[in-house]
Amino acid sequence: MRVNGKEMTLGNNQSLLQFLAANQFDVVTLAVARNGEIVPKPTYDSVMLCEEDTLEVVRFVGGG
Amino acid sequence: MTDQLVIGGQRFNSRFILGSGKFSLEIVQAVVENGGAEIVTLALRRANQGGEENILEYIPENITLLPNTSGARTAEEAVKIARLAREINCGNFVKVEVIKDSKYLFPDNYETVKATEILAKDGFVVMPYMYPDLNVARDLVSAGAAAVMPLASPIGSNKGLSTKDFIQILVDEIAVPIIVDAGIGRPSQACEAMEMGVAAVMCNTAVATAKNIPLMAKAFGQAIESGRNAYLAGLGRVLNQAAEASSPLTGFLED
Repeated sequence: MRVNGKEMTLGNNQSLLQFLAANQFDVVTLAVARNGEIVPKPTYDSVMLCEEDTLEVVRFVGGG
Repeated sequence: MTDQLVIGGQRFNSRFILGSGKFSLEIVQAVVENGGAEIVTLALRRANQGGEENILEYIPENITLLPNTSGARTAEEAVKIARLAREINCGNFVKVEVIKDSKYLFPDNYETVKATEILAKDGFVVMPYMYPDLNVARDLVSAGAAAVMPLASPIGSNKGLSTKDFIQILVDEIAVPIIVDAGIGRPSQACEAMEMGVAAVMCNTAVATAKNIPLMAKAFGQAIESGRNAYLAGLGRVLNQAAEASSPLTGFLED
């Protein structure tokens, strides 16, 4: 699976929520696009990931 | 008399919009409070695994967050960034910023209008950053922009009001708030923009590159408030030739 431009190994049968928690992403303050589509936060638990997925995991930083 | 800035139906007492880039998280709160800002811009970037500092924890709670779409080179990318930002659940304000030109960082007005139209229809309060052009400003308003944000000079340059005459035309002709964004370098320039009748000023680099950042934020807050008061008061007229005494011309002691 590709996450923010890097290859990562995905465990078996992981939901998006489980993947984010396992990699210590702060779910509350981030947003995720999966294969270019924004994933609604209430569905993180039911979205099952696969090795072919590409994720963009983003958060706020300082900016003008 | 209450003089408030109204954007997308939301009312603000401060007319200083603060960019949060280029300074450390530890001083964000002091900078916001010193400047009296009620709107703070943010950018969206890739998160890192393993936990990291979260800027939202450093911004006071009553602040309206204004995510920007920096990094977008097309309307499509700007729309995606805006929708991702909204997913973080920090409101529906967005500063649309579409930049293809990597030397001068000028906004692409055409793509900006397209993104504004899509996002306004999608329920966002859209504040587009633009190169000051009256026709484009009218198109942005037609597309649903809640404010229009013309640049004063190139982003991060601190060069001041290079586009002053064109911003004045927008102030005179456009009904939504005109907010000067980018290029303001000194509090006196922010004050001058406010005297012209712009609704608010946005600054980031001018504050972030000062030696004392919180103090410069305070200086900008004061200058913007001062300029607003001057605009409301109505500037005194200018004599192009000769002079006019300020003191009475009768009753001199030697009379």
